[in-house]
Amino acid sequence: MGFYERLMTLDRRWVYLAMALSVAIPLFISFQVPPYITPEVKSVYDFVESLKQGDRLLLAIDYDPMGMAELHPMALTISRQCFAKGVKLFFVTLSQNAPGMCEQLVSKVSKEFNKKNGVDFVYLGYKPYPGLVILSMGQNFRISFPMDYYGTYVDSMPIMQGIRNYDDMKAVIAFESGWVADSWIADANGRYKISVGLGVTGVMAADYFPYVQSKQIFGLIGGLKGAAEYETLAKAKERSASRGMKVQTVTHAVVILFIIVGNIGFFMSKKRKGKTE
Amino acid sequence: MRWQYPLLIVFLGGLFMAVQYFVPLEFSERIYEYALDWIIIVGVFTMCLGLWSLFRVSLAKIQTKAPAWGYNYITLAGLFAMLILGPAFGIEEGKPFMTLFWYIYTPIQASMFALLAFYIASAAYRAFRARTMIATILLVTATIIMLRLIPLGFLSGPNQWAVNWILTVPNMAAKRAIAMGIGLGGIATALKVVLGIERSYMGKD
Repeated sequence: MGFYERLMTLDRRWVYLAMALSVAIPLFISFQVPPYITPEVKSVYDFVESLKQGDRLLLAIDYDPMGMAELHPMALTISRQCFAKGVKLFFVTLSQNAPGMCEQLVSKVSKEFNKKNGVDFVYLGYKPYPGLVILSMGQNFRISFPMDYYGTYVDSMPIMQGIRNYDDMKAVIAFESGWVADSWIADANGRYKISVGLGVTGVMAADYFPYVQSKQIFGLIGGLKGAAEYETLAKAKERSASRGMKVQTVTHAVVILFIIVGNIGFFMSKKRKGKTE
Repeated sequence: MRWQYPLLIVFLGGLFMAVQYFVPLEFSERIYEYALDWIIIVGVFTMCLGLWSLFRVSLAKIQTKAPAWGYNYITLAGLFAMLILGPAFGIEEGKPFMTLFWYIYTPIQASMFALLAFYIASAAYRAFRARTMIATILLVTATIIMLRLIPLGFLSGPNQWAVNWILTVPNMAAKRAIAMGIGLGGIATALKVVLGIERSYMGKD
């Protein structure tokens, strides 16, 4: 087998090894990846910045551990930004694997800002069948969430006094790693006209650009890059997404290199075959 | 007659939900809220059905010593551990339920997702070959999109412009067409269910 044929048919274990090294090595090297701020991410940031003390925001933590690396940083940054401004947060989870992560996020951020459960924020918890829960919250939060995650009746909480449904919220920002994003757009925004912002994984971001253009969502934070952009805009102290961008940049460069190598092998071996024929 | 009652319930329920969406009266809003309550309750019972089904299937595989039957013991052990530990000790941070979630379930799920990076790299290396014009367009587009994550100095600006154009023009056109197709398909399927043409939910072809 010639050199170019070998280039085309490289054993996949070399590819795996190169990927492993491209993930591990950047973690030990200190360098910055300058983020390019996209308009979709800036829209979400500008919206949250425009909120005033006492405004109410619904945050939907709908991702599971698979999407945690990309979505947890943006959820943390937005929660911190809201608490710093005195915005009242209403957390809800519609994914069966999300309650634990939402509980950790809520505990961590509320302790940092000395926020009190039931006064400054409420964690409503998880209920199955996301589409139904989204529709029911449009009528009354109490249909799906008579009690919060910790078993306290929501009517006994000061933060829930006078709160009925989406009309009492400024917007929903949903962090999604699955199809529930479609329900937020179709049901929450389509039927109840609440403003919806989305944070999604990188692979999903391309699917939701049409909704930004049609203004069905007011902003879109896509993947680890979007989270890094948001951390930069918010001047976040904890920048786990920005640190992750180092790894993502190097691994993308390695993948592009392999594609180029494969194509060089393809064209050169094709040329050689043409000459011999 | 046995089959006609469920069909009648589905027809009346579907008709009510459709009419209620376009004609929201106070009376219909109250029935709608009541219906949502009931649907969630029925949904919880289907979850119980799912749990029983998982238990039954795993047990059958263990009893018949089907291939890889040992893993079904792990499935059942995990299922019962979480079912018992949650109600018994609580679900707050620090409790056994959350310890299992954070130290077993989360690393497993995150690792499974992380493996994708290696498979994608290998697949990209093998699949992205400029064999035809269409393949070349795919290759060039994918490369431009991937380059947006790499600092390119003075080329970053033009690259970002190209990425933005790809995502907001051809990608949006294709996604809109797909979304409309899915929407129309969903309407057709819903109509078939409501009108009793589609009866697979009753266990009948």
